[in-house]
Amino acid sequence: MVPVCWRSRCASGRRSRMQKISVLLFLAWVCFLFYAGIALFTSGFLLTRLELTNHSSCQEPPGPGSLPWGSQGKPGACWMASRFSRLVLVLIDALRFDFAQPQPSHSPGEPPVSLPFLGKLNCLQRILEIQPHHARLYQSKADPPTTTMQRLKALTTGSLPTFIDAGSNFASHAIVEDNLIKQLASAGRRVVFMGDDTWKDLFPGAFSQAFFFPSFNVRDLHTVDNGILEHLYPTMDSGEWDMLIAHFLGVDHCGHKYGPHHPEMAKKLSQMDQVIQGLVERLENDTLLVVIGDHGMTMTGDHGGDSELEISAALFLYSPKALFPGAPPEEPEIVPQISLVPTLALLLGLPIPFGNIGEVMAELFSEVEDSQSHSSALAQASALHLNAQQVSRFLHTYSAAAQDLQVKELHRLQTLFNKASADYQRLLQRPQGPEAALQTVITELQQFLRGVRAMCIQSWARFSLGRMAGGAALMAAACFLCLLVSQWATSPGFCFRPLLTLMACGLAGTIVCAGLLTTTGLKLDPVVLGAMAAAGSLLPFLWKAWAGWGSRRPLVALLPIPGPVLLFLLIRFAAFFSDSFVVAEARATPFLLGSLILLLIAQLHWEGKLLPPKLLTIPRLCFSASTGPPRHNGTHALGLGVGLLLCIRLAGLFHRCPEETPACHSSPWLSPLASMVGGRAKNLWYGACVGALVALLAAVRLWLRRYSNLKSPEPSVLFVRWGLPLMALGTAAYWALASGADEAPPRLRALVAGASVVLPRAVAGLAASGLMLLLWRPVTVLVKATTGAPRTRTVLTPFSGPPTSRADLDYVVPQIYRHMQEEFRGRLERTKSQGPLTVAACHLGSVYSAAMVTALTLLAFPLLLLHAERISLVFLLLFLQSFLLLHLLAAGIPITTPGPFTVPWQAVSAWALMATQTFYSMGHQPVFPAIHWHAAFVGFPEGHGSSTWLPALLVGANTFASHLLFAVGCPLLLLWPFLCENQGPRKRWQPLGRNEAEARVRPEEEEEPLMEMRLRDAPHHFNAALLQLSLKYLFVLGIQILACALAASILRRHLMVWKVFAPKFIFEAMGFIVSSVGLFLGIALVMRVDGAVSSWFRQLVLAQQR
Amino acid sequence: MKDTDIKRLLYTHLLCIFSIILSIFIPSFFLENFSILETHLTWLCICSVFVTAVNLLLYLVVKPNASSKRSSLSYKVTRFLKCCIYFLMSCFFFHVIFVLYGAPLIELVLETFLFAVILSTFTTVPCLCLLGPNIKAWLRVFSRNGVTSIWENSLQITTISSFIGTWLGAFPIPLDWERPWQMAIERKYKMCTSLYVCTRHGASHCPQVWPISCTLGATFGYVAGLVISPLWIYWNRKQLTYKNH
Repeated sequence: MVPVCWRSRCASGRRSRMQKISVLLFLAWVCFLFYAGIALFTSGFLLTRLELTNHSSCQEPPGPGSLPWGSQGKPGACWMASRFSRLVLVLIDALRFDFAQPQPSHSPGEPPVSLPFLGKLNCLQRILEIQPHHARLYQSKADPPTTTMQRLKALTTGSLPTFIDAGSNFASHAIVEDNLIKQLASAGRRVVFMGDDTWKDLFPGAFSQAFFFPSFNVRDLHTVDNGILEHLYPTMDSGEWDMLIAHFLGVDHCGHKYGPHHPEMAKKLSQMDQVIQGLVERLENDTLLVVIGDHGMTMTGDHGGDSELEISAALFLYSPKALFPGAPPEEPEIVPQISLVPTLALLLGLPIPFGNIGEVMAELFSEVEDSQSHSSALAQASALHLNAQQVSRFLHTYSAAAQDLQVKELHRLQTLFNKASADYQRLLQRPQGPEAALQTVITELQQFLRGVRAMCIQSWARFSLGRMAGGAALMAAACFLCLLVSQWATSPGFCFRPLLTLMACGLAGTIVCAGLLTTTGLKLDPVVLGAMAAAGSLLPFLWKAWAGWGSRRPLVALLPIPGPVLLFLLIRFAAFFSDSFVVAEARATPFLLGSLILLLIAQLHWEGKLLPPKLLTIPRLCFSASTGPPRHNGTHALGLGVGLLLCIRLAGLFHRCPEETPACHSSPWLSPLASMVGGRAKNLWYGACVGALVALLAAVRLWLRRYSNLKSPEPSVLFVRWGLPLMALGTAAYWALASGADEAPPRLRALVAGASVVLPRAVAGLAASGLMLLLWRPVTVLVKATTGAPRTRTVLTPFSGPPTSRADLDYVVPQIYRHMQEEFRGRLERTKSQGPLTVAACHLGSVYSAAMVTALTLLAFPLLLLHAERISLVFLLLFLQSFLLLHLLAAGIPITTPGPFTVPWQAVSAWALMATQTFYSMGHQPVFPAIHWHAAFVGFPEGHGSSTWLPALLVGANTFASHLLFAVGCPLLLLWPFLCENQGPRKRWQPLGRNEAEARVRPEEEEEPLMEMRLRDAPHHFNAALLQLSLKYLFVLGIQILACALAASILRRHLMVWKVFAPKFIFEAMGFIVSSVGLFLGIALVMRVDGAVSSWFRQLVLAQQR
Repeated sequence: MKDTDIKRLLYTHLLCIFSIILSIFIPSFFLENFSILETHLTWLCICSVFVTAVNLLLYLVVKPNASSKRSSLSYKVTRFLKCCIYFLMSCFFFHVIFVLYGAPLIELVLETFLFAVILSTFTTVPCLCLLGPNIKAWLRVFSRNGVTSIWENSLQITTISSFIGTWLGAFPIPLDWERPWQMAIERKYKMCTSLYVCTRHGASHCPQVWPISCTLGATFGYVAGLVISPLWIYWNRKQLTYKNH
């Protein structure tokens, strides 16, 4: 008898293990699909550029060869002799080219064109007519994004700013690259600034004198301009400046408020005209005046995109001494905006900023007095050559640091430069060479510079639409796959093998293809390769789905999500496409969650599950479809719902405002306690935080005691009993030290500093060791047996105490054995273990969820430590509301023994929504300035030295704490309904076996408290349910990331894309990765517990055999 | 169930709709500067009074359910008082629910409460008229297979559509209107000057819009329910069989 049983058991154990492995493998593969899609999309969408911090300096010429004109000797000269000692830069925000364009004196026949913005800058036209050699108007082409900050960056560094300038500090906007202002400052020139306070963030402390005015309110047309005008002329007359920058905002604000076609625009432009006029009158001979618009505006006054009107801006140069050899061309020349940077640098006698890729405007370097065109051309060539040397040096440094430039093109440009440089050197040796050779050199140098710019635009400023579409398609396909397989997993005849086979087929095929590709020598991006592998391995599934679709599967079956939940998911999907809703997500998510909860309650009521039927049944009315006695009464469910809503509302008090909503005030409770003044309030808050800790601890212990997992002698339970309070104590002590560190007496400073290093690490270490213990011995079970056969349930209850006698233990084994028999479909004779024996193994019914709850608590403590003290209240709320939600959901989920088990969509959606809601209530916002950077210094008050992964890990754990916790806790959605099966507090003990006679008498009582052992009894369905649950969760998360990706790609020219959509996508992608990893770990933990329970049973049986 | 019943239902509903329309136009004869959106709270009060009055009137005239046997004056008075208390309780209940859903807790209490009043008018008052202060009957009507007459059926539909309208009315809140009555969504990036300094309006420019969209949503939902329910009942008159008739 026994060997037969053993064989079958071993076989079933092996099969179960195989199933577990295949579930985990499949999950990993689905995650890989999503990652590949995200990576492919990101590589096409997020334009990145590495910021180099190298600086040009006077002493170090950009390349070999002598500097032109022997400039080292001259004072104030650097790479080139300076031609102007002073510069006035007037930046008129959004000065479109046609605003400044001279208006042809209209012929008498035609009616005059009277647009409010045309021909208002009269003084430019007058100067151009009267002093053609002194002034020039250009049409400058700005590179998108045409937003002020990006343009300012470009106008000072000469580079092409992208969304992510890697290496920049996300927390501040200060420019770290080499720039004109920095060069001026290091040359000892005085830079005076007045106007838009954006410059304050970009160049902190760079100005010798500055007058900043708020640019915040775009409805305000005059504050900035009037402020500048108040200071402009006095400063200019005082002479205490070498560079004067005036940034006027009125035109831009007027465009935003009224649009260009408004009389107000005419007034504003006329005012600017007067300003320029006044400046021109005050200019001295050594001063250059530059009037520039940083970008244009559309017909409606917007900017940010790349339309012709937005990128065309005016550029006007004027000098009191003659600057240009010839008269201005009929139609103003078109120059790239960043050409201004090298030009100004060389004109002022400064080194060109290191990262500049602009091309000097050669025209300005010709000798005006010298009528010889040859020396003019030579001067131009030398300026161009210096510029080319600098650009070549930059390219060299950049390509050594980053790989995003095309190698082939880089190589071609390098050859071009070498040739031009050699030609130039040859020319220098023969100063009186032919004119044509000189022109060739100039052309070659210009070709090189333009080639570099084109290449950089290609890799830094262009979206790769193909990759974006491919990534989105891959994500969509993965979502579809999740939907499909989660549906398969619900069907009773579900089998794991075809899944694995399909997956293996796809992967093998892809690997073969990749191998072929590599043998043919085709080099591919790893991102593209990964995406291709993912797509290739997806194909068999899609094919199978296509084949299975056919005629017999109606379309409805493809959308198994019930209507209301589908509506919620659709709303959530659509909300990602509106920047208003993304900004307001912190308020919209709790609203949706609350709606979903009320909907659940209403649905329960509608189905008649809430109220006992007698309430509903009026005498004449008969209920045809009686669903049996309701498991929950109405007030219970209603109380749960109201409690949940209350928790959500309370958690909403800890919100942080996005910066777009000035009327909103962030919660003051997000700041650490150390920032508080006032001892009493601080102490009260500290008390509340410690209270939250204690409450959390007490709640977890209470829960474990309720399901009586707290009495097990297992080490992990001992850890819960003793280690958790220790962790709480450590956390409280750390908070006390951190919040009152400044108040410590000097003698104790060292001690306090030491403790604030040790305590967080100790808590984290304790948590890690607790998790290890849990993984090692996850079964928190205490086995107890009774002497004599208890006739009734009441006899059983006294065994809630510790074992009292040896006899208790002696009865355990036979009873466990008997349970094993039943489990294996009664292969052993029932008569064998008949006798007056009853065994009670506590908490076997909650063994999975006990392990989950313990793991979650252990995880929560280190995460708690990374947050500000008062967020601990949010953690308490998090546990409370997930507990309430689980209870509420369990009320609506029928237990279907013996399977297949399902986790309904509404449960998964509510869980995902709650994860997002908690993300916001922990004081986060999906924007980079809102990241809690201080988390990197918890336990490391001195910083991390050079390592970057540890602070990144800490900050990431802080930011995605809620994603992690909810993802790890996801299996609870499956387990909780089984747990709730046993509602009464009396039924703590689970009788594993009992007399047959008794079983016959009260069959339902035997079935009732099986709880989670029902899952164990059907391992196939259990694994299928785990797979289904995780796929559903991945689907809900997957459509969020898909919506973010689609929104970011469709609205990529929307002004808010870099402000709202792109950060949202990045946060959502990171959150997805964290969630999927957490989900994987959670599932793996449940499987580990399952395995441990199996081996525990096996040990008992072995003990019995002895 | 006869067609005459449905006809009566239709006429009563048309009267209700008419009362809402009247509440928009009549006050402008007596009050200066009256408009739904600018003097929203006044309109809320007036609309609520109108709808309540019409509902009571219709209840007295049409008498959809057979009057109870006991009709002593004291019974009627206690019943009426009970109804009033129920109405007030439902107002407070809705207020609490709104706050739980994210309405401001301390500021704008009057606005939130009037919103609760108008929603109670659309939902609780018809319930009270039709079913009386009898929670059990309410719970019965709002569960599957619980309705026993076309009046209850239409009550179910109008109440649920009022709730759905209110719920949908919350969606425009995150969108920023320039003025509450300007129904075109302003392109908000007009307000942006640079990438990171971006503001919708100065705080002082923000007009008070809460709870306009929600109350309008509730009103539209109620009107839609009034229109839909007779049609729906007419359409399904073959399938509908009420157990007690």
